[in-house]
Amino acid sequence: MDVKTRVIEIIAEQAVLEPSDVKMENSLEELGIDSLGLVESIFAIEEAFDISVPFNANDPSESDFDISSVAQIVAGVERLVAEQKA
Amino acid sequence: MKRVVITGAGTINALGTSVPATLEAMREGRCGIGPLEMRDTERLSIRIGGQVKGFDPESVFNRQQIALYDRYTQFTLIAAEEAIRQSGLTFEGELANRAGVVLGTSGGGLTTQDENYRAVYEEGKNRVHPFVVPKLMNNAACSHVSMQYNIKGPSFTVASACASSNHAMGQAFWFVRSGMAPVMVTGGSESMLCFGGIKAWEGLRVMSKDGCRPFSATRNGMVQGEGAGIFVFEDYEHAKARGAEILAEVAGFAMSSDAADIVMPSKQGAARAISGALADAGLAKERIGYINAHGTGTAANDKTECAAVADVFGTHADDLMISSTKSMHGHCIGGTGAVELLACIMALRDGVVAPTIGYEEADPECALDVVPNEAREAKVEAALSNAFAFGGLNAVLALTKV
Repeated sequence: MDVKTRVIEIIAEQAVLEPSDVKMENSLEELGIDSLGLVESIFAIEEAFDISVPFNANDPSESDFDISSVAQIVAGVERLVAEQKA
Repeated sequence: MKRVVITGAGTINALGTSVPATLEAMREGRCGIGPLEMRDTERLSIRIGGQVKGFDPESVFNRQQIALYDRYTQFTLIAAEEAIRQSGLTFEGELANRAGVVLGTSGGGLTTQDENYRAVYEEGKNRVHPFVVPKLMNNAACSHVSMQYNIKGPSFTVASACASSNHAMGQAFWFVRSGMAPVMVTGGSESMLCFGGIKAWEGLRVMSKDGCRPFSATRNGMVQGEGAGIFVFEDYEHAKARGAEILAEVAGFAMSSDAADIVMPSKQGAARAISGALADAGLAKERIGYINAHGTGTAANDKTECAAVADVFGTHADDLMISSTKSMHGHCIGGTGAVELLACIMALRDGVVAPTIGYEEADPECALDVVPNEAREAKVEAALSNAFAFGGLNAVLALTKV
């Protein structure tokens, strides 16, 4: 399974939606995911890909990981997988 | 209703192993936060904390005691010894029967749990020490104080995460004020700086990797501390009759529940607890000169707390001082309100207001006088101590000068 499909699955599960209802341009807020849901999603991503995501819930904008949209999250995870599995 | 005064204080925390040492550190704006010393730190992403260092339990307790005392109980007994010694009380006869111990802790004997889970799960051992249960239980510290000092009245432990010790001291205050008990030993203790304790907090991703900077625009999370603060609350007439030294008066207490979110704070919930404490103490808001803030150094707490203070105090919010001593000793979780009450006593009794250290840059959402970086001399007549816990449980104490 590719990174994009798996990340969307994780986000969909958190949002209680079908993966097909999660669009790449959606923000987590649009999908109804709050700050707790976000931290849970990041954890699920780390477990699924065996990576470490640099994310500080205290100040997400300061983190070196863009969570502004599903597309940004997928891109960020792809980069981390490439870096950390290299 | 009885008046309630504080006639003894004791502590151990990252700033010192006694009240005088802790207050000196607060006056000097010294930071007790540093690299964590424990096993497996290479597996932690958070490696700083307000750890009690240079403390050797074996120099204070014998082998049998150590077998029964988790680190949080050790902290409690050290602080209780200092507080009760200062009060000059001995518990005998009627006083012993009526006095009680109400303490706060969030996690209880976490080091004991951590070590024994490791033994059975990681090391595969099938047997643990016989005293694991009496060592880890949340009321162990309370019971040991009761046993050691022969205090036989109402005694129990309160757990409300980061507000535990404020809730505990509120109960003790009520017992004395109502006349139910002439003396209560109260406060709280926490020792969550063990591998599992840090690991759990890492999961929430609200911890700072580099320091605790409450109210500063550059803050990036909380830093955990550990320690205990223990006090003797006494009926004013009882204290006066025996000529005891009075450190401060406990004038009021209030609590509230946000009933909103398990981790995000609420301005309304905090404001209701603050205004409730003022009303309970019968204090006009203009009389409050100092607030010891909850001030965790997270984005959410500090701005919410400042907004709540601004709401309650109106224009007087600009005239009072509010500081977070967590910047120095870290967040001592269930013991934090008790350690922080010392800053209120110092403001009232010594006229010295503890600073918020690590302050780098003003945050427009925290636009109050946070006593940045340096302690300040000031005449303070009345002070508040805020505690706002995860789970939305808030507890605020009001103290006055005697």
